[in-house]
Amino acid sequence: MASQASGRKSVRLKIPLSTEDLRSLEIGTVVYLDGLIYTAREGVYKKVLEDGCEPPVDLASIGNVNFHCSPAAAVEADGSFTVGGVTATASFRFAKWMTQWLQRSQAKVIIGKGGMSVEDYQNILVPAGAIYLTTVGYGTGALLGRGIKAVKSVYWIEELGNAQAMWIFEVENFGPFIVESDLDGNSLFEQHGELINANLEKLYAGLKAPALARYGETDDRKDELI
Amino acid sequence: MIDNKIIETAALQIMSNAAIDIPPDYRQGIEDMAKWEEGELSCFVLQTMMDNWNAATEDRRPMCADTGLPRYYLKIGNQARLADGFIGLERALRSATARATHDIPLRPNRVHPLWRTDHNNNVGINAPEIDWSFEPDVDWIDITTVHKGGLFGTDYRMLFPGDGIDGIKRFFLDTLVAFGKRGLACQPAIIGIGLGGSKDTTMVLGKQAACLRVVGNRNPDEKIAELELELKKLGNSIGMGAMGFVGNSMVADCHIEVGFTHTGGMPISVHAFCLSSRRATVRIFADGSCEYRHDPMWFTPYMRRETVEWPVKQAGAKASV
Repeated sequence: MASQASGRKSVRLKIPLSTEDLRSLEIGTVVYLDGLIYTAREGVYKKVLEDGCEPPVDLASIGNVNFHCSPAAAVEADGSFTVGGVTATASFRFAKWMTQWLQRSQAKVIIGKGGMSVEDYQNILVPAGAIYLTTVGYGTGALLGRGIKAVKSVYWIEELGNAQAMWIFEVENFGPFIVESDLDGNSLFEQHGELINANLEKLYAGLKAPALARYGETDDRKDELI
Repeated sequence: MIDNKIIETAALQIMSNAAIDIPPDYRQGIEDMAKWEEGELSCFVLQTMMDNWNAATEDRRPMCADTGLPRYYLKIGNQARLADGFIGLERALRSATARATHDIPLRPNRVHPLWRTDHNNNVGINAPEIDWSFEPDVDWIDITTVHKGGLFGTDYRMLFPGDGIDGIKRFFLDTLVAFGKRGLACQPAIIGIGLGGSKDTTMVLGKQAACLRVVGNRNPDEKIAELELELKKLGNSIGMGAMGFVGNSMVADCHIEVGFTHTGGMPISVHAFCLSSRRATVRIFADGSCEYRHDPMWFTPYMRRETVEWPVKQAGAKASV
């Protein structure tokens, strides 16, 4: 299903996404999802990939969408869950685990905030046949919260806490997300970044550097900063 | 005499107001920016955020799942009397935080920095932070809560007087460009700038400037007010919009706060609030009645006083808006 509302191409897809689905997604396309997604971020990655714990469930049987997310959710006295808002966390911090994780989980779609570097797409996501969807805003917590129809299960909540636990959500018309990286590793953020970078020199023209420099402005730690 | 139960109930209410309802001044600021945003994608993001605020208010659910680091700013009237004292007030705010985390619900964000222990209630060592301030000649207390993310969008630098306004502009741009890419700063945001004081004061003032002044508010010092507007314009001329896409909406407003500083220095901090600028205030009067609002009215003339004596009788001793 594709529409052109507000001039931006928008599609609604079922999880698991097929290879054809993935191939059809161009950067900049708006995506909504239906099916099962799971959350996993540093807490889960460390536990599975560094501590050697088996994933609590066969991930590939759930679906192929890994959301870098911690929901605003509460566990009620009767063991049920209340899910309020849902937003993503910045993904670039998880790049170090992604090669192994994609192999282990067979995830083909990573959803998060802010994307990863083009090098990470080329070296990690493209070889794994995976794409990256970014959340919008950031912080469409209420819109995404509406898309969650049920908490199917939650794992490791005692050890990792609500924020780092693995949540499995049944979602409906869940979005909006924007395709940030496609199967070839093209990046929307990179394309926009280059256009913006072209203006930076002019922006800084005439603004002299401060008297005291900082490491980072020179990479040689033997340099004086004055 | 203000009862502690009233304080806790009111604090719970502002936690909910902040998490769910976008402040009207900020909504207006973003609506205005969306009108002149030329970047198509950046504009799409702004429209989606406005849809999100509507969904949050309709559903009574948080507008953003990242609770940030929920915290409080207190203004205590010099004539206010608290039934359970200052310790009671702090206890009420910790209890309200834990209850709000479950009841709204908020994401339990707060963990030990080393052991990553999560109490699942946003309460722990030095959490929530409670900043105290005072107001002469009144018997009410103001409680403001702010829910602000804490990973990106803020930086500090020691500048020197010789670096001048150019140094301020340059560092302002550095911070916006660094954290604006990919939208890590969740812009367009209210940008707060702290100038002067000690290093920690600089950080505190910048944060308060971002989180505790409303869109459209200007510093009472005319020259500082001019600089605020100049920096706002500069930030919006980077060519960057929401999510770091091509556009011109980066700064919803710019607020500067100053503190007298070391004669040799000009420390600066830049803080970005976010597209879910969550703040809410309650004033609790001596009779226990409560008034809820979105403007913290934090920087009163008394807060910005320069003199040894505070001339209590002078006009303008009331909170500025």
